[in-house]
Amino acid sequence: MHYHSEELVTDISRRAQEYRIEVLKMVHRAQTGHLGGAFSAAEIMSALYFHHLKVDPANPNWESRDRLLFSKGHACAMLYTVLAHRGFFPPDELQTFRQFNSRLQGHPEPQKTPGVEIAAGPLGHGVAIGVGMALALRDSATSKPSAELTPSPRASKANVYVVLGDGEVNAGVVWEGVMSAAKFRLGNLTAILDYNGTQQTGSTAESMPTEPIAEKWAAFGWHVQEIHGHNAAEVLDALDRADEVHARPSIIIARTTKGKGVSFMEYDHRWHGQPPTDEQYQTALAELEEGLKQWQK
Amino acid sequence: MRKAYGDALVALGHERSDVVVLSADVSNSDHSFMFAEVFPDRFFNVGIAEQALVDVSVGLALAGRVPLANTFAAFFATRAVEMVRTHACYGGAKIKLMGAYAGLSDSFDGPTHHCITDLAIMRSLPNMTVVVPSDPNSLSSFLPQIAAWDGPVYCRLNRNAVPVLFDDGYSPEIGRAVTVREGGDVTIIACGVMVDRALQAAQSLQSSGIEARVVEMHTVKPLDVDAIAAAARETGAIVTAEEHNVLGGLGGAVTEVVCDHAPVPVRRVGVADRFTETGPYEMLLDNYGLAVEDVVKAARSAIEAKKER
Repeated sequence: MHYHSEELVTDISRRAQEYRIEVLKMVHRAQTGHLGGAFSAAEIMSALYFHHLKVDPANPNWESRDRLLFSKGHACAMLYTVLAHRGFFPPDELQTFRQFNSRLQGHPEPQKTPGVEIAAGPLGHGVAIGVGMALALRDSATSKPSAELTPSPRASKANVYVVLGDGEVNAGVVWEGVMSAAKFRLGNLTAILDYNGTQQTGSTAESMPTEPIAEKWAAFGWHVQEIHGHNAAEVLDALDRADEVHARPSIIIARTTKGKGVSFMEYDHRWHGQPPTDEQYQTALAELEEGLKQWQK
Repeated sequence: MRKAYGDALVALGHERSDVVVLSADVSNSDHSFMFAEVFPDRFFNVGIAEQALVDVSVGLALAGRVPLANTFAAFFATRAVEMVRTHACYGGAKIKLMGAYAGLSDSFDGPTHHCITDLAIMRSLPNMTVVVPSDPNSLSSFLPQIAAWDGPVYCRLNRNAVPVLFDDGYSPEIGRAVTVREGGDVTIIACGVMVDRALQAAQSLQSSGIEARVVEMHTVKPLDVDAIAAAARETGAIVTAEEHNVLGGLGGAVTEVVCDHAPVPVRRVGVADRFTETGPYEMLLDNYGLAVEDVVKAARSAIEAKKER
């Protein structure tokens, strides 16, 4: 087992809640954007950017960086918030979210926003694009059938991480990428599935049943972990363990709650893509600030 | 043209170590197997998964490789086009899409495999470059340029043996049209296999005293606007000829330029906005409006319209 200090776990948890508050403010200000799926990814994104990923905000295109492919692009308010606070661009710029002339487009655009690796919004692309990146970053990629192959040492220490949503796995191209990743034994590829149980028109169970999700990924040849995705310690541990899997791709199925932290938003699909009224905003803000207290000294 | 493509791929592989080649399990059709035999570590078969073919190529491109993705043209321009739009054209991944079996050239596999909409679809995407080599030497000359091109490229390939028009010294450049025959009465602007048929049509017209200019428009985007405007001004009548729907492809592109710069009569030779059927390649071309005689008739019609103005 890995051990992460209480300070680190607290720091990640506090950041996650602070970034939910930031996202709430962005979407309320813009009166457009996606809250539910941004809230569910808060601990995952904070753990990645404030502990796990090797990135250099001063040099976003550093060749040896880890790549984070944010495949669930609609939840980009959280991606932008984490990137800004990590230093990729000034946090003040978050106020321009979804406005004309902003670098923060309605869905991510790699050529506009420092730190954004891929365009996303149309769902399902992250895993297959991650396969290509992981192939390129690996020492000498090979296409021989996986049974004949021993994993090659990696020339680059860079890993590829893909954050995707549970509704997203409805898309067939996800599974095309999943098969390729297993075929090419991409030990440098890790997917984190933000399994928040809710998509645009209802629960995932109603919209398109995806369970048993862990068994599905395992059957495709991936190393699978299931964790509680709002427990920062579990997220941090799972990321470390995934890095230790070298012979095949790895997935962390993070059980989360859509709209996490605001009682009237949790598990309610209407908060997938709806901005709050002023009154709803005040209530939500108060709840999130109350939740923040447990992580403050 | 397939063997020439395989040879050109291998030559490119020797020239550039950053080139990787992918195929959606049709490498023995598209002839990328020739590259795989020489460079097995730089070849990836992603299975019968054209959307992943594009997305995996995107990942390779974003990490610094030069990926040449191979499958049937009809699948790039239909099934995988969202991947192409979002990540190559919008997202900036400089992937190279090598569309095999384009036009009617996969003739016996029938209309599901014929590809007469790719030029229209691909050229409507911002930042895309669209290249249609007309013969094996043209293809060999273009492939290194495509690999070096600073953006995504869609290249259309013919399945079958096609007439050799150029010697191996032919060095066309992406974006610059080539006048392959001089003439002052009408200009035939053609791409792909229709360049040869345009030359035959010009020969036929000559016997009745008509001098037709023939322009090889191997790059459908970015279009050589100057060459088209000059042809319109100097010859006063334009014919386009392409192995494609008459809507939206080379004919559409040329018409747009003529309207903007030098309005003159234009006649478009192509498939008449309909699905085709199975059969021998030449027979299909001749029966779906792409016969030499169709080009001749179009030229006469354009010249008549010019006189009536």
